[in-house]
Amino acid sequence: MSAPARTTRTLRKGHATPIKLRQDAIPKVTGKFAYSSDLQAADMLWGQTVRSPHAHARILEIDVSEALRMRGVHAVLTHEDVPGKKLYGLEFPDQPVLAIDQVRYFGEAVAIVAAEEPEQARRAAAAVQVGYEPLEPISDPERATEMEPLHVDWPVERHGDSEHPQPNVVRALTIRRGDPDAAGDVAVSGYYEIGQQDQAFLGPESGIAIPDGEGGVDIHVATQWLHVDRDQIAPCLGLQPEQVRIHLAGVGGAFGGREDLSIQAHAALLALRTSRPVKMVYSREESFVGHIHRHPAQIWAEHRATRAGKLVLVKMRILLDGGAYASSSTAVISNACSFAPGPYAVDNLLIDGLCVYTNNPPCGAMRGFGAVQACFAGEAQMDKLAAELGIDPIELRLLNALEPGGVLPTGQVLTGSLPTKDVIRRAAALPVPEPEELPREAIRLPGGAGNTTRGEGVRRGVGFAVGFKNVCYSEGFDDYCTARVRLREDGGAHVYCAAAEVGQGVSEVILQVARLELGTDDIVLEVGSTADVGSSGSSSASRMTWMAAGAVQLACQAALEERRQTGVGEVDVERVYRHPETSPLDSETGQVLGERSHVAFAVAAMRVVVEVDVELGLTRVVWIGTAQDVGHALNPQAVEGQIEGGTAQGLGLALMEEIQTKDGVILNPNFTDYLIPTFLDMPPVVSELVEVPEPDAPYGVKGVGEPPTVVSTAAIVAALRDATGRELTRAPVRPDDIVGL
Amino acid sequence: MKISFTANGERAETDVWEGESLLTTLRDRLGLPGSKNACEQGECGSCSVLLDGALVCSCLVLAAQADGHEVVTVEGLAENGEPNRVQAAFAEAGAVQCGFCTPGLVVATDDLLRRIPDPSDDEIREALSGNLCRCTGYQKILDAVHLAAER
Ligand code: FES
Ligand code: FES
Repeated sequence: MSAPARTTRTLRKGHATPIKLRQDAIPKVTGKFAYSSDLQAADMLWGQTVRSPHAHARILEIDVSEALRMRGVHAVLTHEDVPGKKLYGLEFPDQPVLAIDQVRYFGEAVAIVAAEEPEQARRAAAAVQVGYEPLEPISDPERATEMEPLHVDWPVERHGDSEHPQPNVVRALTIRRGDPDAAGDVAVSGYYEIGQQDQAFLGPESGIAIPDGEGGVDIHVATQWLHVDRDQIAPCLGLQPEQVRIHLAGVGGAFGGREDLSIQAHAALLALRTSRPVKMVYSREESFVGHIHRHPAQIWAEHRATRAGKLVLVKMRILLDGGAYASSSTAVISNACSFAPGPYAVDNLLIDGLCVYTNNPPCGAMRGFGAVQACFAGEAQMDKLAAELGIDPIELRLLNALEPGGVLPTGQVLTGSLPTKDVIRRAAALPVPEPEELPREAIRLPGGAGNTTRGEGVRRGVGFAVGFKNVCYSEGFDDYCTARVRLREDGGAHVYCAAAEVGQGVSEVILQVARLELGTDDIVLEVGSTADVGSSGSSSASRMTWMAAGAVQLACQAALEERRQTGVGEVDVERVYRHPETSPLDSETGQVLGERSHVAFAVAAMRVVVEVDVELGLTRVVWIGTAQDVGHALNPQAVEGQIEGGTAQGLGLALMEEIQTKDGVILNPNFTDYLIPTFLDMPPVVSELVEVPEPDAPYGVKGVGEPPTVVSTAAIVAALRDATGRELTRAPVRPDDIVGL
Repeated sequence: MKISFTANGERAETDVWEGESLLTTLRDRLGLPGSKNACEQGECGSCSVLLDGALVCSCLVLAAQADGHEVVTVEGLAENGEPNRVQAAFAEAGAVQCGFCTPGLVVATDDLLRRIPDPSDDEIREALSGNLCRCTGYQKILDAVHLAAER
């Protein structure tokens, strides 16, 4: 198989220097790269959002008169000013563009303001008078199905699972296979909780909407999927899709948090009303309420096995808190269920998944997408089982490893590549660093420069876990990517693809493929825009490298073919790439109705060394070693970057990251109280790339962004358990949990 | 109010609001959006600049405080229009993904290497622990700092 030239190499000891830098590297290091928050336009106004201070309340009145009279203010809009459809949503429209008669979560948008100066817009937003009658919030997901339905006041086409006999169900899913009463010789059970994590991308939600003077609008925004933004916004604006053009502005990280709309519809409404460009930028506090989060989960698990360690039965009940609106919750719960047992072969399964509506912050896509929560519970169970059986935990995993030819919980037979055993063995073989001597610098102790200890109460622990997730969209979704190639007379080429560069490096993949297929370096990758090319699908589900590579390859080959046949130098073709078709699941049994519900899979194993001060509850992750199934790595340096960065996000969930709410109100919407890993929190990460080409993918590639996030939370907490001897069934692990308070 | 200061070696004069941060002035009034606005609460370091040679979070400095002083931003680090050694090392080492943290980290690294020309891993981690990065897990940033120091 011929594959695009690998353009970069890792610089660490013994490696060559890169052959080519990614094209956005120099603009980014010199401060020239234009992020969505950097954009300006002549005559521009600033937009600001009025948000609900309540998690659940009836709106009695909205009085905008005072705000409208303020200096510099050009418009104050409410739901009455939404000209088209009042609701939008990723999977089905259940979320108001601006709240109508009630608010269902803390920070829900109620009104929007445009003014000459940002400070004027902020003050005007504060002057909008909203009369609320607070209602009892549904804050406990376990009780959601006993409470009044949240989505009745405003008729929606569909709100969650309307067929379900209980209210507030976004989706209920059962996966049943084999005999749910299979006994085995030994059983272990446990209850696990995962807190709510934030994507915490650094570039705040932002963008600019510019009216075109003919009733349409151009929106430059940081997003993950241009076309689905357009398709959600246009009906709300009462416009045809072509009248709403979305252009990708520089994206400061995404991680799932930019799949849903943020400023897009609001900025467009203000721009169309004022006939002026309108820029919106969220503050960090607003960002915490301005996007969806990772679903908090409660998981009850039971694993049964033979004496020899063969898994006989996995039973899990998974409850996800979806928050106030559906977002992509229906797919997240499905993923959580289908990856519940991890990459292990089990004949008997009963997985009960339920995602509910509450008045907590809405949840949706975040890196790992349901598999993170399942892995945390499932891997803890595997360790418990190993202890119960007296088998080495790594041996137990090898003994049950799911490999090609094996069967997934949904009945799908695994046909692609999945080197589970190899990945486990290579991670397990990575040499663990020697324990460090005492005394030593405070910075190398749990608690760090805080000088809290000299190391008296410090214990070392080693943990291991395996993570498993799908690549691309699933369950019959029509998943495709479009690319357009324009060949110039002079041999140069322009490539158009709406694939969102969110930092992961997909632009470089597109260029690598185009260089290979067209045989030239004279290639311009145009800025993604709905005006120029069809949909690429989203930069999510670890799919964009695979899908963009497939589409660009097709378009390049078609362009060359057309030039050959017509003899004309100037050629412009657009092609659509689809991965092998998937099928939905049976609504009763959760078994796949066709050949496959997922397209492909990736697996990662991770070994972690921690030190824990068991008296103070402080932790230090000393070292992380991981092996990951990456298909064919087009760009090893970028693959490592995904592994290291994805691991850091899992470390955050293991040790520090949690959105705290009280009655649905977020208590820590800032980086002072919501902590993400710093340079001092992250240990060195040694990564082994296990390269087995994926047979169904262009050039054998695989998505690589999510497996490290799936596995690292589980692996780090396993190491903490080893150090402390405590069960630690909740992530993030708090000092109190370690000390046993 | 009117203020004037030196921004990247050039004289800058502008009208600002009394409560305005130096970050806002640089980004929105002086056409220097390289310094980033990830938190505007002093927690992330994405807005790092040098004020009279001292590393500061420009979101925590009032524009008025810069009056009469000298400010260097990421845009001012390039030498003869070429990326300086720190910037080049970040690009080569793969220390840049979304890049939103990069301007702040580049300025902070430049400051570090002027103080400690050949820092150890621990010194790098400590010195740059005020700069959050959400994408890279910091490993390739560590590599980049060493690479820049070697040069
Ligand atoms: S923007 Fe200044 S520290 Fe975050
Ligand atoms: S590269 Fe994205 S925050 Fe550092």
